[in-house]
Amino acid sequence: MENLQLVLPEIFLSLSIMFLLIFGVFKKNSSRLVQSLSLAVLIVTAVITFNETIGINETKLFNNSIIIDYLSSLMKIITLLAAFLVLIISSNYLKTFKIFKIEYPILILSSVLGMMVMINSNDLIVFYMGLELQSLALYVLATFNRDQIKSSEAGLKYFVLSALSSGLLLYGCSLIYGFTGSTNFDVIASQLNSDVYALTFGIVFVLVGLAFKISAVPFHMWAPDVYEGSPTSVTLFFTMVPKIAALTVFIRFLYVPFLNLIDQWQTILVFLSIASMLFGAIAAIGQTNLKRLVAYSSIGHVGYALAGVAVGTNDGIQSSIIYITIYVLMNLGLFSCLLMLKRDNQYYEKIEDLSGLSKNHPMLAISLLIILFSLAGIPPLAGFFAKFYVFKAVIEQSMYFLAIVGLLSTVVAAFYYLRLIKIMYFDKEKEKYDIDHGFWLKFSLTTSTLLILIYFIFPGQLIEVVSRINII
Amino acid sequence: MNFPILSSLILLPSIGALFLFFTKGNKKNNFTIKYVALFTSAVNFFLSVYLWISFDPSTSDFQFVEERIWIDDFINYKVGVDGISILFILLTTFITPLCIISVNNSIKERLSEFLIAVLIMESFMIGVFCSLDLVIFYLFFEAGLIPMFLIIGIWGGARRVYSAFKFFLYTLLGSVLMLVAIITIYWLNGTTDVVELYNSGIDIKYQNLLWLAFFSSFAVKTPMWPVHTWLPDAHVEAPTAGSVLLAAILLKMAGYGFIRFSLGLFPAASEIFTPLIYTLSVIAIIFTSLIALMQEDMKKLIAYSSVAHMGYVTLGIFTIQQQGIEGSIIQMISHGLVSAALFLCVGVVYDRMHSRLINTYGGIVSIIPKYSILFMLFTLAALGLPGTSGFVGEFLILMGAFKDNFLVAVIASLGVIIGAAYMLWLYKRVVFGKLVNTDLKQMFDLNRSELFILSCLALPILFFGFYPDPLINTIEVSISDLIDQYNFKLASQI
Repeated sequence: MENLQLVLPEIFLSLSIMFLLIFGVFKKNSSRLVQSLSLAVLIVTAVITFNETIGINETKLFNNSIIIDYLSSLMKIITLLAAFLVLIISSNYLKTFKIFKIEYPILILSSVLGMMVMINSNDLIVFYMGLELQSLALYVLATFNRDQIKSSEAGLKYFVLSALSSGLLLYGCSLIYGFTGSTNFDVIASQLNSDVYALTFGIVFVLVGLAFKISAVPFHMWAPDVYEGSPTSVTLFFTMVPKIAALTVFIRFLYVPFLNLIDQWQTILVFLSIASMLFGAIAAIGQTNLKRLVAYSSIGHVGYALAGVAVGTNDGIQSSIIYITIYVLMNLGLFSCLLMLKRDNQYYEKIEDLSGLSKNHPMLAISLLIILFSLAGIPPLAGFFAKFYVFKAVIEQSMYFLAIVGLLSTVVAAFYYLRLIKIMYFDKEKEKYDIDHGFWLKFSLTTSTLLILIYFIFPGQLIEVVSRINII
Repeated sequence: MNFPILSSLILLPSIGALFLFFTKGNKKNNFTIKYVALFTSAVNFFLSVYLWISFDPSTSDFQFVEERIWIDDFINYKVGVDGISILFILLTTFITPLCIISVNNSIKERLSEFLIAVLIMESFMIGVFCSLDLVIFYLFFEAGLIPMFLIIGIWGGARRVYSAFKFFLYTLLGSVLMLVAIITIYWLNGTTDVVELYNSGIDIKYQNLLWLAFFSSFAVKTPMWPVHTWLPDAHVEAPTAGSVLLAAILLKMAGYGFIRFSLGLFPAASEIFTPLIYTLSVIAIIFTSLIALMQEDMKKLIAYSSVAHMGYVTLGIFTIQQQGIEGSIIQMISHGLVSAALFLCVGVVYDRMHSRLINTYGGIVSIIPKYSILFMLFTLAALGLPGTSGFVGEFLILMGAFKDNFLVAVIASLGVIIGAAYMLWLYKRVVFGKLVNTDLKQMFDLNRSELFILSCLALPILFFGFYPDPLINTIEVSISDLIDQYNFKLASQI
């Protein structure tokens, strides 16, 4: 039983969720308190993860259905920190819409729990359980502003499509089980027989399900609508946190059981990656709503992260994790800016609302400028390095087509980022926005901008952190 | 020599920019802001002069080399100068303070932001010229897009948005292939260190594609025909100081890149693609000169003449002759000074009359004589009159070209005539002739700062026209060594 300490983070998180749920119900007007407690829980869980598991060699628990290694610990910590930051900067937004309730932090905690289970999973069933737990929480979060018809629509749409994809995923799992006789990743790996074509079908179905969760083209259709309809703070959560977990599962699922079938799935991933990069870049050009635009841009960025996964080397996996980490950082900054576009208790989310921001709010505008150039991947900002590592890994395997298409789509993508900059800097100013933002919002904007800006001074640090990930 | 002089050159303008960033940009502070910027860039200039004095021209090795680990086992931050790059650094640090002085008259709002952009631009440009690692080079090369995009977009003219976008996307599109090539080189040779790559050479199988990838980036930036179309737009819409930076320094990054990387790293491919470069250069020289003849807008005319001048530069580089490459570098330096001066001259009359159209002017010689004299000098330098630096460059290039390919040299020489035609015609229409437009009578002659800037530019143009020795001395050994290396690699097929 001594191994239980390795799953202590999960146990602690689930107990806390139950406690907070009961506490919130019995104590009236406790939303503030529950929020603070949830933040504390996230931090404590992260600390436990850091202390208990990050130094541990690969360990498998519960009939090998759960794996604790450096990758899972690292990704859990990133997830927890990202969730922490989302939660801490969303309170003002929620208060404005009068939906600052106890359910919000608790739902976020439960979806984080689901993601942690996903990240830990070494077994299809465990993985599916985690996935469903996080998805169920996300459906409710999408409809959190239930009086607004768009939010309800977003949630419903997300639910229906996501349930469909879960169905496909489960079907894929059953095919894999049928042809290998196990749901455990290690057993599957040993039972692999590449002559069995049905197994490839199984992989394809699972990949479809996963691609849906991280909104890779052509399974991205839900993303723009859901991102637009959901409350902005929830959109922020959507664009960052589930992708970290889904990417980890992507890596684990493809590289542990199916590494030997790399010829079969590599093409699929290359296609997903190229389609996402191109489509994300082209479709974003016509958008007028900032949240929709971010949705398309996140589709594009997922394409780059997948390009790293498609490579089939440790370098590729590491670059993809670097990419998603830097992407999370940039998105945090971007959404902090969006959450600052507030005037008379109303949030503005059209791109024209950025007009002339540089005159009225120079500091906000310069931060957004840095973040946007970084998203576009212009050196010397962090976004460039993210792309650089990915393409370095891609080119190592001589996948020039992927590299060139990817880089050309950055040029297309640069167009719409430049358009936002143009609106901010070259256009006439409008009315001013409020400036009484909460401390944490300012904090997250400043920190993310500064980190993006000075990343080039110590680019080695992040590589150091991920260089211990050795899956293959 | 332990003092990190090159890093200081790169960092100093940025530090100045940081200082400006924390200064409130209101009317009262404008004076302080400008002097801070001017002071920073002037210090940088003197530092680079010191660099030039202590530079040893008798060796082709890289000097003042600094190397620090940047990313473990991957990239080192490595900077250094040799005879080829040092002059460009000098040009950059010389032009920037003049740009900063010139904002007096042209930039009315958001002065501190403008100066921040200019200073950051200076940092990046110096970085381009002294980086000795491909990744670092790419970093600086691309980073320059950001400040330039903002300079054109925020302070530009009526069609500034279109021009800024065109400039940014064109150059970005050109450069991404270079990134692919750089990473490929890393995987082929295990390093991106330029010096090591010079020694080891690059596998001949890959050279052609790699050369083309670099070419796509440099050709856009040079700009060579037919991808030059962003330049006239960018020049016309950019504010005067922006045009000056663009013409004087930004365009030189590509010429420098051709010498340093295309010739240095891919000799076999350069040999194969020389006819391509010759063709494009000759077309650029003749075709854009003819276009320049037809321009109504002064800035556009000078922009097209820049394309033609850069045509000579690329022609000279790929002659692979001592004279040709020397001429190219001198032509780039001279063009940097002359085009900067011409854009400033246009800026001077534009600030007074708010028109860049040639037919607005005419007969201003009696109203603003000092201006007319200096403008005359720069016009003659642009068409390459003996006694100006323009002549030295063009003459050496043509000499190199005659050695290598007679036909190309003859056609290129014809370009000189057209060049003289459009420049002189421009001068005639603006300065001489009848004074038709009576509004011109209100124009006042050069004020002190304008006179200062233009004389600062006129001095080296004349000096190096009569006595180009200091320039040639600096670059001579490096170039002859480059050519030796080139021929050696070509002979031994690496």
